[in-house]
Amino acid sequence: MATMTMAKALNAALADAMLDDERVVVFGEDVGQLGGVFRITDGLQARFGDKRCFDTPLAEAGIVGFAVGLAMSGLRPVVEMQFDAFAYPAFEQIASHVAKLRNRTRGALSVPMVIRVPYAGGIGGVEHHCDSSEAYYAHTPGLKVVTPATVADAYSLLREAIDDPDPVVFMEPKKLYFGSGEAELPARTEPFGRAVVRRSGRDATLIAYGPAVPVALEAAEAACEEGWDLEVVDIRTIVPFDDVTITESVRRTGRCVVVQEAQGFAGVGAEIAARVQERCFHALHAPVLRVSGLDIPYPAPMLEHTHLPSVDRVLDAVARLQWDDQPDPRWLTEGSAA
Amino acid sequence: MTSTPQAVRRATPRKRRPATPAAPDPSAGLLPEAESVRLLNPDGSPLPARADYPEPPVEALREMYRRMVVGRRFDAQATALTKQGRLAVYPSSRGQEACQVGGVLALRDDDWVFPTYRESMALTARGIDPVEVLTLLRGDWHCGYDPTVVRTAPQCTPLATQCVHAAGLAYGESYQGRDTVAMVYIGDGATSEGDFHEGVNFAAVFKAPVVYFVQNNRYAISVPLSRQTAAPSLAYKGVGYGVPSEQVDGNDPVAVLAVLNRAVAHARAGKGPFLVEAHTYRMEPHTNADDQTRYRDADEVAAWRDRDPIARLESYLRARDVLDDAAVAEIAAQAEEYAAGLRERMNIQPTVDPLSLFDHVYAQPTPQLVEQREQVRAELAATQEGDA
Repeated sequence: MATMTMAKALNAALADAMLDDERVVVFGEDVGQLGGVFRITDGLQARFGDKRCFDTPLAEAGIVGFAVGLAMSGLRPVVEMQFDAFAYPAFEQIASHVAKLRNRTRGALSVPMVIRVPYAGGIGGVEHHCDSSEAYYAHTPGLKVVTPATVADAYSLLREAIDDPDPVVFMEPKKLYFGSGEAELPARTEPFGRAVVRRSGRDATLIAYGPAVPVALEAAEAACEEGWDLEVVDIRTIVPFDDVTITESVRRTGRCVVVQEAQGFAGVGAEIAARVQERCFHALHAPVLRVSGLDIPYPAPMLEHTHLPSVDRVLDAVARLQWDDQPDPRWLTEGSAA
Repeated sequence: MTSTPQAVRRATPRKRRPATPAAPDPSAGLLPEAESVRLLNPDGSPLPARADYPEPPVEALREMYRRMVVGRRFDAQATALTKQGRLAVYPSSRGQEACQVGGVLALRDDDWVFPTYRESMALTARGIDPVEVLTLLRGDWHCGYDPTVVRTAPQCTPLATQCVHAAGLAYGESYQGRDTVAMVYIGDGATSEGDFHEGVNFAAVFKAPVVYFVQNNRYAISVPLSRQTAAPSLAYKGVGYGVPSEQVDGNDPVAVLAVLNRAVAHARAGKGPFLVEAHTYRMEPHTNADDQTRYRDADEVAAWRDRDPIARLESYLRARDVLDDAAVAEIAAQAEEYAAGLRERMNIQPTVDPLSLFDHVYAQPTPQLVEQREQVRAELAATQEGDA
């Protein structure tokens, strides 16, 4: 085992994929000589040449549309959207073409590609640099949506994304880029479609993905002091989604909190909560709760910590899981019961 | 009489400094001609030949005529099929036959076409089965043909998005050592979309062999060209991207094919993209569901009828003695036969399989899709039982 950052693991995954498959080309804004603003493509151009790793005009719809054409010609594009919110100009290309070409042509034409999106906040970024945009992609049939929370997963899931026959939106939690973890490269972890129990526990299940996983794990450790033994499940691949692992966990613990950094309304956490209650209703001792970002535009850096789900906010939710079989008083206030 | 005092002449011979050469015009070779390229008059009589746009071989022009006649008949048949409820909708390209056919005639079979929804005629002229071309508009699926076999992308309804796909495909082909050219069909309205500009720019920066072929038929549904651009013409949009451009009389079949031949040759030679604007006119409403009397008057439409591209080419080919009454009748008969075959096949109700909805969302269905498919299968079984 070696200690490395997630950024380094992602870089190694790209390099190894380019080495193994000459169809793999990497492009985007500043990914060439500079190595990307987060250095995820560092050294790729020097090593593989400027035909395999290159800068493009500054136009995200163009980058993704260009990747569609390259994939049609038989190449395997891996494109970088510089920041989450800067990917929005490409949304039409992603939603109308990347996601649908296989379906539109009854399988005759597929456009396997990876769209890497550094996402989410917690890094003190100014506006338009910290959006959690995963729900837009997860709501679009035809896309796979993947987000690693560990160093080993970053390597393994990116390699799998590049090999996948379908387009993958690969969401990289920016605040985890430079956190270190243990991994033995080339790491191979659980495949797409499998959630993983990161911490076993008996009393309640915390379900999280991406940047919320470390928060959930920290909350679980803190909860020990209060006598709660919490399980933490890392979703890893939002699409395809693993109902089996979360259902098994929540049926066993009987309580569940879904933690996500994104704003909560109509988000991925809402989908997870709905799926849990559909499958675990008779095992639940309390409503499934969500801890998420606030339903506000991503705040300015000096205010972001009020917005981001914190360990304490998770613990507050855990405390509301009807441990004494008493309903959460919030649901019983006058006039709201109907 | 005293003369005006004269200055004393200089004793040494005057040296001439060599004239500073004029700075080369960076837009040279990029700007279109101020007037559309034209090789035939509207009555079909020839204009002087041009070395820069050599006239295509007469056999090619005769074949172009044949495909234009068949294409117009196909187009009329498709419009008729909407009235019979066999097509959900049909956007006609009547009047644009020179462009529709010229665009595909300029290509090799292994080149790629990136069409819009108005290119049904072009796709049939490329030899794609007309029933497969009309699948999108009949509504039994989104694309009826296999794009990889006929080297034609699905007809694009989001405007201009295919401009970037073509740049990527053409670059990818040349990257892999193949001399494929991509031909993008696009309308005047779509040149206002960002993806048109991003596509042309990407193609130029990566020297991708793409021909951007703008059929300027003067209306984006109802909105006239004056609301799309203040440029002298759409062909002037190339220079800003370093892309050579030309404008052509889109109802002059000889000129359309000559200009497109040059554009394709330019792209295939590795010189990057080329932009062609063809000035033409959509003789029919936007689709069968459109009411064109709300935005243009009958006189305007009538004036364009006099510039009919098929009559123009027929007149020219007759004068060249490669077309006579018998050949015209023979081609008309072919067109009738084509339309009759299409009508007959389109009268058969296509079978659709609801369970196929779950195919091809992903290479392998997700567990959730497997569940939903099972639910629909049970619903269908219950429906059949109820019917029995």
